[in-house]
Amino acid sequence: MTSGAEILASVLLLIGLAFTLLGSVGLVRFPDFYTRMHAPTKATTLGVSSMALAAVLVIPGGIVAVLMKALTIIAFLFLTAPIGAHMMARAARSGGIAPCEETRIDEMPTEPVGEDDGGHPAG
Amino acid sequence: MLATVTSIVMFGLALSMALCAYRLFRGPAVVDRLLAVDTISTNLLAFLIVLSIDQRTDVYLDSVIVLALLAFVATVAIAKALVWGRIID
Repeated sequence: MTSGAEILASVLLLIGLAFTLLGSVGLVRFPDFYTRMHAPTKATTLGVSSMALAAVLVIPGGIVAVLMKALTIIAFLFLTAPIGAHMMARAARSGGIAPCEETRIDEMPTEPVGEDDGGHPAG
Repeated sequence: MLATVTSIVMFGLALSMALCAYRLFRGPAVVDRLLAVDTISTNLLAFLIVLSIDQRTDVYLDSVIVLALLAFVATVAIAKALVWGRIID
């Protein structure tokens, strides 16, 4: 009844659940926005990718079709998650949200980025 | 065995979305709420994948691809609107 593929898929699903839950716990418990941003955009991406690989193992009907869909999901997540995180960080920084006290390295200038960007004037 | 695991994973994903909803209602800034909505949408992708595994069909994976595209576009649009006050240059 329980084949090896099902066992491997179960392990992958539980790994994905662990990463997704850790991302959400980090979203709740980290002190400021920039640390909160790390947990969901990295851990959750890996969790969803692990679940997509589990889907390849157990869903019947054309391994190539399911594999291509799963690889598309994984590639798209890996492409879009850093871009979305970058856009949110820039929105937070130009909105004047300060990092927490423990943050030592702060390489970005303190003026809002929307003002001095030539290609995208404010307003 | 796999049915039990998918039930557990669905419950855990619901718990994860509840944690994100806490940050969504609590979050001090707008970007915190934006991040919470983005995380909820990623959890929704995981939920659809687990539902697809549970029902042994691959039709939900297409919806996962479309929803990933939609969530990314929404996140980038709201972030750009927060920075520059408009979306389309």
